[in-house]
Amino acid sequence: MLRIADLRAGYGAAEVLHGVSLSVAPGEILCLMGRNGAGKTTLLRAAMGLLAPMGGAVWLGETRLDTLPAHRVPGAGLGYVPQGRRLFAGLSVAENLDVGLMAGQGGAALREEVLDFFPRLRDRLRQRAETLSGGEQQMLALARALCLGPRALLLDEPTEGLQPSMIAAIRDVVARKRTEGVAVLLVEQRLDAVLSVADRVAFLENGRLAEEMTAEALRAERTRAHRYLGV
Amino acid sequence: MEFGPHLMLATLEGAVTAAVLALTAAGLSLVFGVMRVVNIAHGEFFMLGAVLAWWVTQAVAGPWGFALALVIAPLLVGALAVVADVTILKRLSYDPERTIVATIGLLYILQQLTLMTYGPDARPVVAPFNTRIALPWLERGADGWALIWPWGLGTTTYKLAVIGAAAAVLCALWLFLARTRAGLVMRATQADREMATAFGVPVERVYALTFGLGAALAALAAVLIVPIQQAHYLMGADPLLLSFIVVIIGGLGSLPGTLVAAVLIGLSDGIISVFFSPTLAKILATLLVALVLVFRPQGLFGARGR
Repeated sequence: MLRIADLRAGYGAAEVLHGVSLSVAPGEILCLMGRNGAGKTTLLRAAMGLLAPMGGAVWLGETRLDTLPAHRVPGAGLGYVPQGRRLFAGLSVAENLDVGLMAGQGGAALREEVLDFFPRLRDRLRQRAETLSGGEQQMLALARALCLGPRALLLDEPTEGLQPSMIAAIRDVVARKRTEGVAVLLVEQRLDAVLSVADRVAFLENGRLAEEMTAEALRAERTRAHRYLGV
Repeated sequence: MEFGPHLMLATLEGAVTAAVLALTAAGLSLVFGVMRVVNIAHGEFFMLGAVLAWWVTQAVAGPWGFALALVIAPLLVGALAVVADVTILKRLSYDPERTIVATIGLLYILQQLTLMTYGPDARPVVAPFNTRIALPWLERGADGWALIWPWGLGTTTYKLAVIGAAAAVLCALWLFLARTRAGLVMRATQADREMATAFGVPVERVYALTFGLGAALAALAAVLIVPIQQAHYLMGADPLLLSFIVVIIGGLGSLPGTLVAAVLIGLSDGIISVFFSPTLAKILATLLVALVLVFRPQGLFGARGR
């Protein structure tokens, strides 16, 4: 479904990703781990087209994404939850969802379906996004991405700084999307969180794919993760 | 004339200034809010609106000519601004510093082209209607309160129409931004350009339309005021300065702030100009900007830390 082939990307002349290849199958969760500065966020931004790739290719199904203008990528079915949420702060909850709906094909039915995942947001539709709690903001960031009706989701540390009940709520939604066949590429720093949802785990080190394994293999040998995470 | 009627007259003149200023400044504020571009050429779009109004009313005489100018001038100036956006600002990646320099260049190009084609003269445009209305004043005499008609206290139907038209256009602008899909896209782009892209918004197209809309608002303001002021190739400087004063006081990018500041500056400009001098009005407005920049840099309605 989502296939990243030999992707190179960076900022200005500085290359950060040096030819990373990954693939995520429909209904699979691939967790991307690595130290700060390893290139995880850069990989997601380059896949979304927000950072012009220096080489390589990104495919979603039969659609090659890296040759599309950046604003056409979400319409092809790739949803993005960025690090730090980055909601449209001055807009209401409903308007944030509407922006997500505009790029997809779902319409009002999809909006209702998404709000069923997050009943707390339904009660706050007229509230400005910036006035929500941290957990509610993260729910909105995920809900906004789901409003696209994505075939694949890129999630950049979606549970960072949240209380356990919020983490569980977000994890449940991601798990449900997996059962619907959505491919999920999840950037996560916490090993326990990764092992609770992931099917496979990939480690990035200095902009290169260092190792890839099943979550089961990592569960059996957790110390292998410490080498890449520096813990 | 006594103080009370004199103040009322000055307030009415100030209201006309405020109405036109609110339209012009709303365009500047919209462009800065959405694109983060400080458009130094905004006053020249205003001037072009007035000059085009003169051309159109020369070609088609009478009230229909003026009505045509109200449509044609904003459309042409808006289209010119879209071309300027695509050919200049987009190529500079909307970099805040470089676009300031580029719009200074655009200012001189538009000004000198107008001088070469339109000439150096100030030319009048006839208002489509201009009936004088005498205004009453309430005064207490020996027999109690009575309405009197002081000599010189009056306005024209055209000036009242300018205030009404500006208010209607600003209401329409607010409805457009708050209630339409295009307005939502513009506000999302204003909030976070990159995230807007990540949700399918063609940001560069939004920028082009915003720049065109901002310029069209300035041109429309100029068409409304030109029967009162006359069209001249150097007439863009004052609206530009006053618009900057308004958007800084109101808060860069804030439409409500722009409207409140336009009323404040417009009325004070009218009143101080009548009772003292226009120069003092400009000095005080500039002083107010300095105070706002020192004590509340985000402006009255602007968000902190932008």
